[in-house]
Amino acid sequence: MAVTKKISLLILAIVIVLFAVSWIAKTGTFEDTGMPLGLSVRDGFLVTFAAFLTLSIFSFLYKDNPYYKFAEHLFVGVSAAYWMCVGFWSTFVGNFIPKVSEGLSNFFEVPYKGFDVFYFIPLILGIMLLLRMSSKIGWISRWSLAFIVGTTAGLNLIRYMRSDFISQVSNTFVPLVVDWQGFGAFFSDLSLNASGQLIMTMSNWVIFIGVFCGIIYFFFSKEHSGFFGGASKVGIWVLMVTFGASFGYTVMGRVSLLVGRLTFLFHDWLGLIN
Amino acid sequence: MSNLGLIISLLIIGAGLLWLLIRSLQGKEVERRIIFLFIGLAVSVPLLFNITFSEKATPIVKALYDKIDNLPEGSNILLSFDYGPTMAPEVQPMSDVLIRHVLAKNHHLFLMGLWATGQSLGAEAVDRIIKGDFPEKIDGIDFVNIGYKAGNQGVLNVIVTDFRKLYATDVGGRDLDSLPIFNGIKSLKDMDLLISVGGGFPGVKEWVQFAGDPGNVPTGGGSAAVSAPLLYPYYPRQMLGLMGGIKGAAEYESEFKRHYERFKDMPEPGVKMMGPQTLAHLVIMAFIVIGNLSYFFGKKGKQS
Repeated sequence: MAVTKKISLLILAIVIVLFAVSWIAKTGTFEDTGMPLGLSVRDGFLVTFAAFLTLSIFSFLYKDNPYYKFAEHLFVGVSAAYWMCVGFWSTFVGNFIPKVSEGLSNFFEVPYKGFDVFYFIPLILGIMLLLRMSSKIGWISRWSLAFIVGTTAGLNLIRYMRSDFISQVSNTFVPLVVDWQGFGAFFSDLSLNASGQLIMTMSNWVIFIGVFCGIIYFFFSKEHSGFFGGASKVGIWVLMVTFGASFGYTVMGRVSLLVGRLTFLFHDWLGLIN
Repeated sequence: MSNLGLIISLLIIGAGLLWLLIRSLQGKEVERRIIFLFIGLAVSVPLLFNITFSEKATPIVKALYDKIDNLPEGSNILLSFDYGPTMAPEVQPMSDVLIRHVLAKNHHLFLMGLWATGQSLGAEAVDRIIKGDFPEKIDGIDFVNIGYKAGNQGVLNVIVTDFRKLYATDVGGRDLDSLPIFNGIKSLKDMDLLISVGGGFPGVKEWVQFAGDPGNVPTGGGSAAVSAPLLYPYYPRQMLGLMGGIKGAAEYESEFKRHYERFKDMPEPGVKMMGPQTLAHLVIMAFIVIGNLSYFFGKKGKQS
């Protein structure tokens, strides 16, 4: 146990020394750009601290440790505070104040838009939501919550019905032969261009077969045998290809984030790349 | 010298993968940290040695590019920053190149965000790109940042009929009615194109559902790769074009640079990221092959 503590202290000492060295080095770098000394010291610290946080998060790849915990908690705290501040200034000051008080509008330097009593309804609902923190009258917050759930459900129902159901069904009705003008024209204009007749026709067939077989796979009122079973198997393949594509895209997204952080370390912190 | 370093790095990665294959076939465990190390190397090497590839816009990216390019000068285009710093490395290149393209075509640019973090990222983009590359453009006349409002898709539901019900001012506190860019603009329906750049909730999907479809306004998007597959069904009828992940950004950057000589020296973060992407994907594919080989031909696989 004592050995572990010594190693932890040693690592802490190394981190502090490296942090100080990096800060001094980065400060010097900014001085070369002709920036004022105070600003360069601050920027040197910010770049070093950002690099420290990045490496702290990366350290989780080895195993859980206090540096990772520190960076994680800092991130959560800063995010919560940021959202609250932006919410206050954009919604409370930006929307509520100009509709209820000329004096407060002048104080916050936002244009007064005339008194509107209806703006007190969301204010009251918001206060009721905050009552959740009380153990005695916390139940009142359920009314606001019910309002939020009800309006969101109502809004989403209509929009999803239109955009994700009716329009999507409509989008599936695609011509299985695109711009058909006879075999002569088809073979003379044959190309592998993505917007060409052949590829467009094939794409539409993929959509048709994919949707048809995918729906059959989820149709459980009839035994999946014979033609129905075959189509169902094709449906599984379509789903598997979809999941594979999603996974591939997810990998690409995660690698992009890694590239972003490494670019920061190599470029902004270490100055290894242009 | 850099080529030598690149060759040595690639040889090390190749030899390492071979060593992994041999270990796997022998039935020995490969620790996960070794996998992390390989991915780290695969991403770092192309970054350090500046490996890039040429990109060609696919139809879904080209459609968005063509729409902006073919709109008459002075059209109203709204760009929504629906992301935070955690997603920025992937989607920031999209918003950067979109801002350049919109302003290079002398369109009016309206910036906003359905994410609180989008407001400051939009302001940062104004400072970095507009003030840097387009010093002649005037805030309030050529572009404006109206910022963030809480309410997710509810915000869209309101501004699709009236901006001023939610937005009294821009981020600088100026009355919308005092800004020339807002002359004749009542709602989202007065926009010629809506573009959302993001990858979570609310994002491109909500823009299609709550603004593009009900308002009948052309809508395009740039999306983080994670959510891009969910958006493709909207193309081309409900969404005219999409940049899916960093590949989409790289394609758009290449297309833009090919046509705009003035920006031939502009930074191409999307294109630069495709080198590490390619090598990282090759390494991941190698892992999948190694895993399958060890399963079918390795000692441990045969035992199971």
